[in-house]
Amino acid sequence: MPFGFFLKEAIRGLSRNSAPALAALLTVMLTALVLGVFIPIVQATTGTANEVRDRVVVNVYVKDGSTEAERTELRTAIERTANVKSVEFISKDEGLATAREKNPAAFEEGAELLGENPLPDTFRVVPDDPGEVAGIIDRLAPKDADGVRVPSLAAIDEVRNKEEDTAKILSATSLVKILTAGLAALLIFASVALVANTTRLSIFARRREVEVMKLVGATNWFIRWPFVIEGVFVGFMGGVLAVLLLTIAKETFIDPLEDRFALLAAPETIDFGLLIGLLLLACIAVSSAGSALTLRRFLRV
Amino acid sequence: MPVVELREVSKIYDGGSVGLDRASTRIGRGEFVFLVGPTGCGKSTAIRLLTKELDPSAGDILIAGKKLGDVSPSKVPLLRRNIGTVFQDYKLLPNRTVYDNVAYSLQVIGEPRTDIRRKVPDILRLVGLSTKLHNFPDELSGGEQQRVSIARAFVNHPPLLLADEPTGNLDPETSIGIMQLIYRINRTGTTVVVATHDNEMVDKMRRRVIELREGRIVRDELSGLYRPDESTTEFAVRLRGELGVGPEGHPN
Ligand SMILES: Nc1ncnc2c1ncn2[C@@H]1O[C@H](COP(=O)(O)OP(=O)(O)O)[C@@H](O)[C@H]1O
Ligand SMILES: [Mg+2]
Repeated sequence: MPFGFFLKEAIRGLSRNSAPALAALLTVMLTALVLGVFIPIVQATTGTANEVRDRVVVNVYVKDGSTEAERTELRTAIERTANVKSVEFISKDEGLATAREKNPAAFEEGAELLGENPLPDTFRVVPDDPGEVAGIIDRLAPKDADGVRVPSLAAIDEVRNKEEDTAKILSATSLVKILTAGLAALLIFASVALVANTTRLSIFARRREVEVMKLVGATNWFIRWPFVIEGVFVGFMGGVLAVLLLTIAKETFIDPLEDRFALLAAPETIDFGLLIGLLLLACIAVSSAGSALTLRRFLRV
Repeated sequence: MPVVELREVSKIYDGGSVGLDRASTRIGRGEFVFLVGPTGCGKSTAIRLLTKELDPSAGDILIAGKKLGDVSPSKVPLLRRNIGTVFQDYKLLPNRTVYDNVAYSLQVIGEPRTDIRRKVPDILRLVGLSTKLHNFPDELSGGEQQRVSIARAFVNHPPLLLADEPTGNLDPETSIGIMQLIYRINRTGTTVVVATHDNEMVDKMRRRVIELREGRIVRDELSGLYRPDESTTEFAVRLRGELGVGPEGHPN
């Protein structure tokens, strides 16, 4: 049968069952709206959590008076260590400048007391995976039998990270990540279930019809195609409405605020065009697949 | 080769109730058979087994020599296109006009549109509904709806027509019209099986009768007096007379 026939059947189905079709369309629209708002928020939150995790670093303090050759050897050794993303050299003077910037009050009266700069030269090591940062320390300064850390190279004075801070950052950010991932999964599941269920109701109202069609010798696909086309149409219309509303909301409320709105300026937030494309595709897929799957039950006559 | 053959067919439903109990029979080409018995004796079960809407618990069902057990699910639609079915509750598609209901049977088999445009009005004229082409089922009387359902069942000219209580919801005069229509279809060579508990009508029509009791075949009579030369009009006149309905539709 030509596509035209199925299209006509789908249009007939929609116009003769406009109430459930409209309900399905609105459901698709609302869930798409919620997802459209929520996805960037989840991404911004995760992005922020990742930024915070990037603050986990290992400081390798260089022994005063070590030679240039020893320092070069140390840098190479650090770069070769597993899980090391980058190494940055911070000289005594740079360290002092940064410290002074952070806490000017402490230096106002105490600068003279300190006499000369007490800070060592430092290699700041950023790990690939902040969760496994301990491994880097163990490689550069392994523990001996008594549990005392022994530097593995002559140029190393001490290896440490701010353990307390690291632990806090890691546990807080992983909690945020787990929560948002869980929430996102829940929301997507609820959306699919909701859309599938509304579609089900609209088909359920016509299950007698489907039985009759089977009894006069229609094949499953002959019956299914119009329903799938209906699903595509409902998903498309619901998706388009949601995208329109999202676009209007973005342009009137969010864009003017963008520079002041740190969350939305966060990196790694999905491109708006990609977001609406994905939403539209998901609407169509869920709605039409929902139609086809629901039909399966009634086609077993 | 018989059009329909049952070999020791039993149907036990999941709940344990007996639909059919070791029923065996053969129905030849062009026969007109009544399936009778009280409510719950298994008439509908037998009809639904023939369209493979149900599968038997035991035994074999053959349609035109083909075992239904060997018909794969994907081939069931093909089977049903060769069997016209008529039901007590008409089973029309409520969202379609009379024309579209009948056309659907042809669209299902991929009939070209020009043929559909010719065949549908033809068959609707045959059943006396040429003025109601564009009405919806709920705008028709019961008898008219049953005529649509018969037109739909017959528009493909299937070799076998099954009717389950086709007059069950209709008054006697309307029933006669429906039986007359089915009889005319039979006279084109189509094998017809009509399930009914209207014993009076059956006895008067003198066709082959298969009687069921609790799923078992208890009587199978070629109830004599099969009149091959009888015209549809003669048939209708005899039916009216014997059922006590006057020619204008008023009971005598
Ligand atoms: N779908 C079903 N599930 C369980 N039992 C059924 C079902 N359909 C029919 N039956 C039982 O099978 C027996 C025969 O029913 P049926 O074939 O409908 O009889 P009839 O059409 O002669 O009135 C009855 O006892 C009925 O209760
Ligand atoms: Mg019955």
